[in-house]
Amino acid sequence: MPSSLLWAVDVYGRVYSLSTAGQQWEHCRDAHLEFKRVTAVQQCCWSIACDHNIYLYVHASEVPIRYQEETYENQRWNPVDGFSDRLLPSDRWQWSDITGLKHQPLGDFQLPSENWEWEADWYIDENFGGEPTEKGGWTYAIDFPATYTKDKKWNSCVRRRRWIRYRRYKAQDTWVKIPSEQTESLPDPFNDITCGGWEITEEPRGCLALWAVSLQGKVWFRCDINHHNPEGSVWEEVPVPGEVVQISCGPGDLVWAVLWEGHLLVREGVGRDCLKGSSWVTVESPSPGVGVVHVAVGVNVVWAVTKDHKVWFRRGVNSHNPCGSGWIGMVGEMVMINVGLSDQVWAIGFEDRAVYFRQGVTASELSGKAWKVVSVPRDSERSHSSASASSLQSAGCFFGGEVRLQSQASMLSDADAETERAGGEVVPTPEIGDAPKPRIPKVTSDSFISELVSDREGQISRRDVPPAGPSIPEEDHPEKELEDRASPAQVLSPSQSGGVDPQWSNVDLEEAQTHLTSGPGGDAAETSSLSSVATYNLALEEPYGLDEPPKWAWVSGGGCLVECHTQLNWFNSSTSTALNSSMQAMSLSITPAQTAAWRKQIFEQLSERSKREMENFMHYEQAIEQSVWVKKGTMQWWRDWKPHKWVDVQFALEQFSGVEGNKDGILFIYYTFNDEKKYLHMFINEVTILVPVLNDSKHTFAIYTAERTKQRWPMRLAAATELEMHDWLALLSVSCCDSRGIQGPPSKQAIWSVTCKGDIFVSEPTKELEASPYPTPCAQMFWRQVGGHLRIIESNSLGVVWGIGYDHTAWVHTGGYGGGFFQGLASSTDNIYTQTDVKSVYIYENQRWNPVTGYTNRGLPTDRYMWSNASGLKECTKNNTKPPSPNWTWVSDWTIDYAVPGGTDREGWQYAADFPASYHGNKTLKDFVRRRRWARKCKLTTTGPWQEVPPIPLSDITILPCGPKSTVEQVSLWAISNKGDILCRLGVTSLTPGGSSWLHVGTDQPFKSISIGAVHQVWAIAKDGSAFYRGSVSAQNPAGDCWYHIPSPTGQKLKQVSVGRTSVYTVDENGNLWYRHGVTPSYPQGSSWEHISNNVRKVSVGPLDQVWVIADKVQGSHSLSCGTVCRRLGVLPMEPKGHSWDYGIGGGWDHITVRGNAMEAPRIVMPSLTDNQTATRPLQTSNQPEMNGNPVGC
Amino acid sequence: MTSLGVEDELNSNASCRHLMNVIMADDKDVLRDVWFGRIPACFTLSPEETTEREAEPYYLLLPRVSYLTLVTDKVKKHFLRVMKTEDVEEMWFEYEGTPLKWHYPIGVLFDLHASNTALPWNVTVHFKNFPERDLLHCSSNSVIEAHFMSCIKEADALKHKSQVINDMQKKDHKQLWMGLQNDKFDQFWAMNRKLMEYPTEEGGFRYIPFRIYQTTSDRPFIQKLFRPVSPEGHTLTLGDLLKELFPAAICAEDEPKRFQVMIHGIEPLLETPIQWLSEHLSHPDNFLHISIIPAPSD
Repeated sequence: MPSSLLWAVDVYGRVYSLSTAGQQWEHCRDAHLEFKRVTAVQQCCWSIACDHNIYLYVHASEVPIRYQEETYENQRWNPVDGFSDRLLPSDRWQWSDITGLKHQPLGDFQLPSENWEWEADWYIDENFGGEPTEKGGWTYAIDFPATYTKDKKWNSCVRRRRWIRYRRYKAQDTWVKIPSEQTESLPDPFNDITCGGWEITEEPRGCLALWAVSLQGKVWFRCDINHHNPEGSVWEEVPVPGEVVQISCGPGDLVWAVLWEGHLLVREGVGRDCLKGSSWVTVESPSPGVGVVHVAVGVNVVWAVTKDHKVWFRRGVNSHNPCGSGWIGMVGEMVMINVGLSDQVWAIGFEDRAVYFRQGVTASELSGKAWKVVSVPRDSERSHSSASASSLQSAGCFFGGEVRLQSQASMLSDADAETERAGGEVVPTPEIGDAPKPRIPKVTSDSFISELVSDREGQISRRDVPPAGPSIPEEDHPEKELEDRASPAQVLSPSQSGGVDPQWSNVDLEEAQTHLTSGPGGDAAETSSLSSVATYNLALEEPYGLDEPPKWAWVSGGGCLVECHTQLNWFNSSTSTALNSSMQAMSLSITPAQTAAWRKQIFEQLSERSKREMENFMHYEQAIEQSVWVKKGTMQWWRDWKPHKWVDVQFALEQFSGVEGNKDGILFIYYTFNDEKKYLHMFINEVTILVPVLNDSKHTFAIYTAERTKQRWPMRLAAATELEMHDWLALLSVSCCDSRGIQGPPSKQAIWSVTCKGDIFVSEPTKELEASPYPTPCAQMFWRQVGGHLRIIESNSLGVVWGIGYDHTAWVHTGGYGGGFFQGLASSTDNIYTQTDVKSVYIYENQRWNPVTGYTNRGLPTDRYMWSNASGLKECTKNNTKPPSPNWTWVSDWTIDYAVPGGTDREGWQYAADFPASYHGNKTLKDFVRRRRWARKCKLTTTGPWQEVPPIPLSDITILPCGPKSTVEQVSLWAISNKGDILCRLGVTSLTPGGSSWLHVGTDQPFKSISIGAVHQVWAIAKDGSAFYRGSVSAQNPAGDCWYHIPSPTGQKLKQVSVGRTSVYTVDENGNLWYRHGVTPSYPQGSSWEHISNNVRKVSVGPLDQVWVIADKVQGSHSLSCGTVCRRLGVLPMEPKGHSWDYGIGGGWDHITVRGNAMEAPRIVMPSLTDNQTATRPLQTSNQPEMNGNPVGC
Repeated sequence: MTSLGVEDELNSNASCRHLMNVIMADDKDVLRDVWFGRIPACFTLSPEETTEREAEPYYLLLPRVSYLTLVTDKVKKHFLRVMKTEDVEEMWFEYEGTPLKWHYPIGVLFDLHASNTALPWNVTVHFKNFPERDLLHCSSNSVIEAHFMSCIKEADALKHKSQVINDMQKKDHKQLWMGLQNDKFDQFWAMNRKLMEYPTEEGGFRYIPFRIYQTTSDRPFIQKLFRPVSPEGHTLTLGDLLKELFPAAICAEDEPKRFQVMIHGIEPLLETPIQWLSEHLSHPDNFLHISIIPAPSD
């Protein structure tokens, strides 16, 4: 779990963040400003400062925000000049966009704001559709507009080339002011802001919805915020049927706003095509007569706070029913509330102004269980007074007028106050000292909190004063106040406010009154708080001693990820820093404990003790004799012979100690056949693997032996419950490991593989595994499961192992073993962590067109199910579709998936002439059927020896393979982010396999696969299917210098690459395996591709140049097996391509890495081959300087 | 622990966490070491016993975590061969004049009475004159089982208000006992780990089940309610426990050491968290048995 941040503003306007991994509030010192409100999302934080400007804080990422500007240079051929920029009058511009319609010369490109910078100058793109072009990058066509090719033909009359330039967003980890460009339409400053909407659409990437409320009660929407435009472009006003005081926007399509009368508005029509929504609906306040003052929304929740500080939870809210169905009163008195990620709830208490966390909020119990106060200290409690002082200064600087106003308002009449305020806006005059001290409360006012008092007051003065004169407001206000004295929110007159419950101030004034005799003065100032400045006197501030807990005004959890299994260290610690540090030592991590002297002492003494008491006495008889241990149970067994069916069996494991003290066992299956009791058995030491099998109705697993692996026919068993299955699997797995003497964590040479279910298996190679010519058959390999869930795993022989989950999270192996269902003894304790993964389940909605009603869900009798899986053969409705296994839980609702290959229309439909056919994204006359894909996310929470490597999601990874005796200090590790960026991990060593940071390697296009060879040859596959070689990569220059384009095999788009010691293999999208010919140290790019095999899904080439693949359609005794681990036989230094395949475990394998296995076989080679080997030796140990000295371009 | 030298070098480097995991022995290894601790013992028949012929001493490796009467069937058989049936009463053991209480774990008896002496441990076997004042009778293994289970239950009452042990079924209790009786580490720990769990947010058990034994007092042992975490949230250590219950065991730095604080034959540092000790160095009866013995004056 990467740490994420909770943001908060204290009553002095200082912004703090609290990391989920931390234990203290960190002051955001960058800002010399005070802030009113913040709204955070994971990648950034928006805020309103006390200067009423909007500021943005974008978190720095190791992958920069870069945007590719492109323009085309167009030329036409004429007999005189050849190709020249002299175009026909009817032609396009000489410099244009891709369509040719827009004139855009290089000089016209401007940086969008001063927060951007150019990465480099313009250059020509020489890659065309995955193919390298001639120098100059020209592509040719007969005429504009037409199809371009990279080859110049006799009839090529026009040509064009693409120029590229990247700009980079440089303002990261700092507050930048968002210029308020539309001064004429933004007459009044912003008062509230909320950011969300990132779950609505993936297109464009990083798309956010930002809503703001002005002091006049208008609502604004910031357009075009996305990853490539973090600041957005313009503010657009959204009409509202009233005055809005506060607004909240969730991660999805929920947007709620509070009207000043205390009712709520709900935005409807928010969706993928319209982030802004279309209309408002009103929802009444939960309690009649007591209006809502604050609302907060999440994905499926709405929380509100009413004027009496009561907290309310809205029932039945979801994206189909954004209004929900009813209110439920909750305990607790809060002044504001905020909903963060996973619908977690944060609030600020009314009494103590502390930040509260709602405990126990889960998907099934969205209202949570209890409020828990976040009690961690701030990073420097001592900064309190100095920060106060500075805020005083800056207050004067920014809002002098308002400050003076407040001071005076406490003495003046309403009318004067209004006048002063109006004047104060125009002429800022800092006069803090003017105010009579006794009348100033410690904290007079700030409108950091959404207090109706201040909001209302502000709106009125802003709106009414300038045109109509200052006398209007106070005419109706006292009336209102008389009407409803119970509602302090409407108390507007300072002179009257003294009689009113002082609770309504932003800062707890009860306390102020105990220190000051002039309590009413505080209220007076409070009520006139148009400004958001903390005006308090330094001398009077003293009573707020340093040990005073911080008082908070605003909290935002939109970027803070708290999940039910996450342990937060925010709650138990006291505010005392001394204690806090000791708490940290205890609870933060196991590291201190592990290295602690006491622990070392115990380990040392125990081993000394064992030596002392036992070493010389091992010949003594043991007091207790070992005996056989049996475990029995009932299970179902998939009968080996026809008709195959599940039959009830008795299942027993007999374990006994072998001669050498190692344990062994026999597995018995007792069944009845023709009323006769029979049994079959299996020796534990012959079992090669135990595989949990994906099955939504039964808890099944498969047991293989070497023989059964060859036949592709395991023994299949089903347990009654999941727990029982896991108990058995854990026990059998321990027995198997015991019988083979395998203990503890996987070795550095281990071979790792992953099934399509995400289960991780590891096998310990023997020296004979890669022996030639008689290697150990790979069907005999013993695999054991390791906890966790991954899609990809890569390793090297220094023990660096990384994985990538289905949700693209990167994980590094901690060196442990077990986890998952391997509880207790089959698992290490210290290095097992929680691991989560998220994947999508897809179903299809199918429709047929008929002339009467158009497209309907009434199909032909021969048609597929109207709701089905991808093949259409199985009915899959929204209701009957379950997560892949009971371990997975739904974490989202069904949503239309627009990111389907082939494209979709605006409603997600794909059209075709008939089922089944190839689908396309736009409707044509020939189409009679259509379908759309629905996706629903599900989540797995498990444990395993894996630690997350935040924060960049990855799609591929490769680790430098090392020779048997290699001592590499820095291990090169390259990765591809899920957006296609190429990254190089720094600081990876065998001691620190997680490394330290990412280095972004610039590319012109997104990539999908990468591999590094033993001498730092880096090969990569771009998303368009072309291959690239990275030049000049070395230990000293880990990122290399430039990319060389390698043409793909003709007509094939490559998919994956793997580079061993010298061999380079790729797999294309049609399942062909290709070997790169002609790779030499001086010409590392090689010369051509040679076809090796088809039906290959993935390839892994190891440090011995051994070639292993995941293959499909491998023949077994009963059927063809998909996803089978295969090894290339006959691979020798002079025959790197080998000659045939050896088949290993299979049936649903997805990935393998043999890149950790550098164990060379003992040299028992045939005499004839010995010569070959020695002859080729110089080639293999290709020397690095030469490689790096002559990177040859192609 | 051959790699400790490497570890020292790296302690300063916070990023070496993974390394720690790899090269440090796992905490689970402690459980194994504790379970498989053996004391070599030499059983000799008391000269007071009348025998038909001379009795050879009997050598045996005794599991530290087990009970004398549970693992000495072979001893009994051995000596019965040279004795007349009428001379045989209940077997009991004595070390240098002290009758050995079978209901203390063997390791505790050894640490308390015989640590710092030469091995093997010379235990004298008696079949007569049962010291009624000092020892409990042990007519059969079911007496040991009852004693063992009552200890476990008491420990769980302290740790979890008996919730865990009460949630277990009869066969689970049997599994614990059989695990001990047959020296099946896996079998025992498969069940016992449940007794060692606690809610993470509480930082430990409710109370630590422990007993402090001393040779210098007639009191059988000290046992009090003691929490693993102080009210302020501090992790409490072995030192904190002793400070409260046996302050004499803690000596100032300049003082000569007066007492050895022994658990499983080792002397953990006083800063060892008591919770960790309870989880890892408890006996199968789930109690942390701490022996305090006078420091050898060499």
